[in-house]
Amino acid sequence: MVTTTTAPVRAEPSTPGAGRKKKPRLPRSKLPYLLLLPAIALELLVHVIPMVVGVWMSLLELTQFQIRNWSAAPFAGLDNYRATLDINGPVGEELLHSFWVTVLYTTFSVGLSWLFGLFAGVFLQRPFPGRSLLRTLFLTPYALPVYAAVITWTFIYQRDTGLLNELLTTTGLADDRPFWLIGGNSFWALLVVSVWRSWPFAFLCIMAGLQNVPTEMYEAAAIDGAGFWRRLKDVTLPMLRPVNQVLILVLFLWTFNDFNTPFVLFGGSAPEQADLISIHIYRSSFITWNFGQGSAMSVALLLFLLLVTAAYLLVTNRRREHA
Amino acid sequence: MRETTAERWSRRVVLTLLTLFTITPLYVMVSSALKPLRDVQGPFTWIPSRPSFQAFIDMWSTVPLGRYLLNSLLVSSVAALISVAIAIFAAFAVSRYRFRGRQIFSVTVLSTQMFPGILFLLPLFLIYVNLGNATGIELYASRTGLIITYLTFSLPFSIWMLVGYFDSIPRGLDEAAQVDGAGPMRTLFQVILPTAVPGVVAVTVYAFMTAWGEVLFASVMTDENSRTLAVGLQGYATQYNVYWNQVMAASLVVSIPVVAGFLMLQRYFVAGLTAGAVK
Repeated sequence: MVTTTTAPVRAEPSTPGAGRKKKPRLPRSKLPYLLLLPAIALELLVHVIPMVVGVWMSLLELTQFQIRNWSAAPFAGLDNYRATLDINGPVGEELLHSFWVTVLYTTFSVGLSWLFGLFAGVFLQRPFPGRSLLRTLFLTPYALPVYAAVITWTFIYQRDTGLLNELLTTTGLADDRPFWLIGGNSFWALLVVSVWRSWPFAFLCIMAGLQNVPTEMYEAAAIDGAGFWRRLKDVTLPMLRPVNQVLILVLFLWTFNDFNTPFVLFGGSAPEQADLISIHIYRSSFITWNFGQGSAMSVALLLFLLLVTAAYLLVTNRRREHA
Repeated sequence: MRETTAERWSRRVVLTLLTLFTITPLYVMVSSALKPLRDVQGPFTWIPSRPSFQAFIDMWSTVPLGRYLLNSLLVSSVAALISVAIAIFAAFAVSRYRFRGRQIFSVTVLSTQMFPGILFLLPLFLIYVNLGNATGIELYASRTGLIITYLTFSLPFSIWMLVGYFDSIPRGLDEAAQVDGAGPMRTLFQVILPTAVPGVVAVTVYAFMTAWGEVLFASVMTDENSRTLAVGLQGYATQYNVYWNQVMAASLVVSIPVVAGFLMLQRYFVAGLTAGAVK
């Protein structure tokens, strides 16, 4: 988090130079607000106001019949929320299923991405021939535009023309060509793409964090007879704690809200086994044109993410104080 | 500190596996782009039978790729430049001043990462449509609307990174400039920015990448004239046939500029993350 202690800039009594005109200065206290104004105005237009409108829309009965004149849509009160959270009703039941799929997906994806990033970071600490080449290669998936990368995976997963089934049939691991983008396999197909895309970011952050670990600490641990795992546990992980705190949170939020990966991989409607919540809401809003319902789902999702984030920050900060 | 044999071998195994994992799709992209159409319609082959650049030629006429590319370039570069300009002022304020609401601002900047895009996609769509009807400013399905949308997507993280870079510039330099009679703006432009050039360039590339790769808003907020690569690339799949070799060729072409830019500046990204994350 950005917490710096800056001394307020003191107004230096400037010596009036001979013949130099002094421009009137803005009062010190007003300047930062002026500097922040464009950023705040744009955030308001694109993030804050639409959010407020979104919350209001979730209280309306807003379907394709009212969208032309949406400000006159009938007020629905909490009906959309009732439908969203009623796990026995058709809407709530499907949403709950999609929620659990997303929880599972996020848990696996964040866990694996973090592990891969950690091991790549640790193993690339020592200089060896080809180290910078590997570092560059590992970052490439993160730099690729998401649609270009994911469309390549779509090709890999094609039943008849894809690399994966070719590999499985020639090695004899599978005798028929399984489907990867429909049915139960689709969840794992999606997860692999997700990890492939996110672990480089974890690697990047962990690499940045490892640069702050003084070599002396490892040497001291080695003198104490600590092996690889002990050094990892007693030196590396404690030193990475601040990085990990932010990294895991950001990975969690990105993955939970991930829309691009499933959207490009499956198109507008994902198979039910890989029906991530963002895709589910998109479909509920656009395919069935029930915008009020879609907004209520989005607000419920946002509240859930807020709660998790608040709880997470409380727990990790407390740990930090005890450490 | 010596590396034990066991460590050396586990390092080799882990790094080899990660390399294979990373490189497979990249290999598929490059090799398939060099295949004739016949090769991508049958079972997958590792080596193109007769390598040709035909796909790189045909891809421009199968879909209006040139227009998509132009739209993407225009939207992404304008969004990146405006975003960074705004972020520079904001980061300067956060880095160099104390003011009421400073903490709140920093927290808000990071919390925007939390919003599901889908939550404000629809309201934004309605706001743009209504603004257009009321004022005549066409934001919906226009490149202007996309630019405004995208520049705010990269703004929070850009500000955060730039605060990190600016904080690492010693305040003594500011004070020296002030003694010479420079106001805050001159201090920013003549002292801080020249020192932070690599960081500013890295953040610009990040902002460009954000706009270049965005899919959700691009698929709702564009029409035939303003369509970007993110949506246009899906046009190679027709009802009867997917021109996989052309898809891969186009993917390769649209990836090269951002990948090259990112990899050239990776050092500064690491530096920026280090500066931002340790605090």
